[in-house]
Amino acid sequence: MIEKSVWLLPVFILALLFPSEVAAERGKTLTMATTTSTDNTGLLDYLAPKFQKATGIELKWTATGTGKALKLGENCDVDILMVHAPNAEKRFIQNGFGTDRREIMVNDFVIIGPENDRAKIKGKSIEDAFGDLRARKATFISRGDNSGTYKKEVFLWKTAGLPIPDKEPWYVQTGQGMLSSIQVAAERNGYTMTDRGTYIKYESNWGGNPPLKILVEGDKALLNQYSVIAVNPVHCPAVGYDEAKRFVIWITGKEAQRLIKNFKLLGKPLFVPNAAEKKNSTQ
Amino acid sequence: MSFLLNGFFQAIELLASGNAETYSAIFVTVKVSSYSMTCSLVMGIPLGFCLGYFDFRGKKPFRTIIDTLMALPTVFIGLLVYAFLTSRGPFGGFGLLFTVPGIAIGQTILALPIVMGLTATAVENMDEKLRITILSMGANRRQLFLSSLWETRHGILAGAVVAYGRVMTEVGISMMVGGNIKWHTRTITTAIALETNKGQFAMGIALGLVLLTIAFCVNVSVALLRRRT
Repeated sequence: MIEKSVWLLPVFILALLFPSEVAAERGKTLTMATTTSTDNTGLLDYLAPKFQKATGIELKWTATGTGKALKLGENCDVDILMVHAPNAEKRFIQNGFGTDRREIMVNDFVIIGPENDRAKIKGKSIEDAFGDLRARKATFISRGDNSGTYKKEVFLWKTAGLPIPDKEPWYVQTGQGMLSSIQVAAERNGYTMTDRGTYIKYESNWGGNPPLKILVEGDKALLNQYSVIAVNPVHCPAVGYDEAKRFVIWITGKEAQRLIKNFKLLGKPLFVPNAAEKKNSTQ
Repeated sequence: MSFLLNGFFQAIELLASGNAETYSAIFVTVKVSSYSMTCSLVMGIPLGFCLGYFDFRGKKPFRTIIDTLMALPTVFIGLLVYAFLTSRGPFGGFGLLFTVPGIAIGQTILALPIVMGLTATAVENMDEKLRITILSMGANRRQLFLSSLWETRHGILAGAVVAYGRVMTEVGISMMVGGNIKWHTRTITTAIALETNKGQFAMGIALGLVLLTIAFCVNVSVALLRRRT
């Protein structure tokens, strides 16, 4: 008989724990799917407590590539998205999956590589740089994962008039986040394309003197726009639209925009807030 | 080499100073693995025992299926559980995606076949002579059943330890179903994966040490339990 009661004990514990667990996680929270750069850089760690202080809503986020983030939104698994692939975002909204898209900040993409720069791309235009990387078969690390960065990279190969080097031996597709792809590039002594925010984070991990340096930057085609999109309550009735809407208003407001501007590593800003200018242009 | 050593010292410091992020991941891991182990033991031991103890039609193919499921890859379970728990999946209404119980469901699927399979094996490997001895001592069927259960306790315990090892160390389910959400579903293993990706080894090493310590404690307590009974 003792055995029987021993077996019942865990059942009781479970019965007590499970409902409370689910209830606790359904408190006033907002679930976000986001790109790896906003998480890897620590931006969301910095913003979330301030958002909670201002609104009482706890922000929870899962960091994936933009492609998967959009998919999570389409499947109604999250309330809000913070992503950076404008064309894919527009399709997402046209399909009725998202609403209230607002641009919040920019940074830019840069091509980084080893200091000795075997392919001699330093200071060149993006088209020439990609052409040289290809001609010299320099190891290039690509995300290869449907992320915003990867979509941009594919777009850049196209605008440079070059085929995507999918099966080339020098073209390495990691399928991982931005920081880990940079790590791979460093290990392989290769080149990669990253957003500047993640690069500065990487730089600061190395105490300001990393093995990979910025070689190509400043091209207009390299601009990187981040936006927030609320998941459409018409498409997903159970979604936390009110909380999402409050986040959209908060992040585009003066206070949060100032916070983004002040978010720095090694004294360098990682993102440039630009919600205000967009507001003026659309109204 | 120096970064490993540095990481190691920083790891000790993180653990000693009670770093909240590190302890949150430890706590989540302990919580989620307790849920999944409780569920899989409560279901798996009786089922596994019956599977080994009784003869019934189709027993052999059923055993083969269970043994195959013991090799289920965690990423596949993760994918499967995600498909069921996503808001548009059949169980989307429960809101279990990105929660601790959600991960526990996946881990239960991982551990259950192991508990069942190894329990069944323990029962099957029980000495036939023992059965005859028990019967010859005039035991009835119920007493035979209970004493068989008692005699196989070490085998069952070993199965539980193996299952616990897999549950504690899996990454696929925690990452895909849990989403690696800080303070909520970030477990020891997903945190190690993330921190290594970020090139920050200290927290990864600290958490690895904790994982080893937990495994060590479990095995020591199992050994003690064996000696006492």
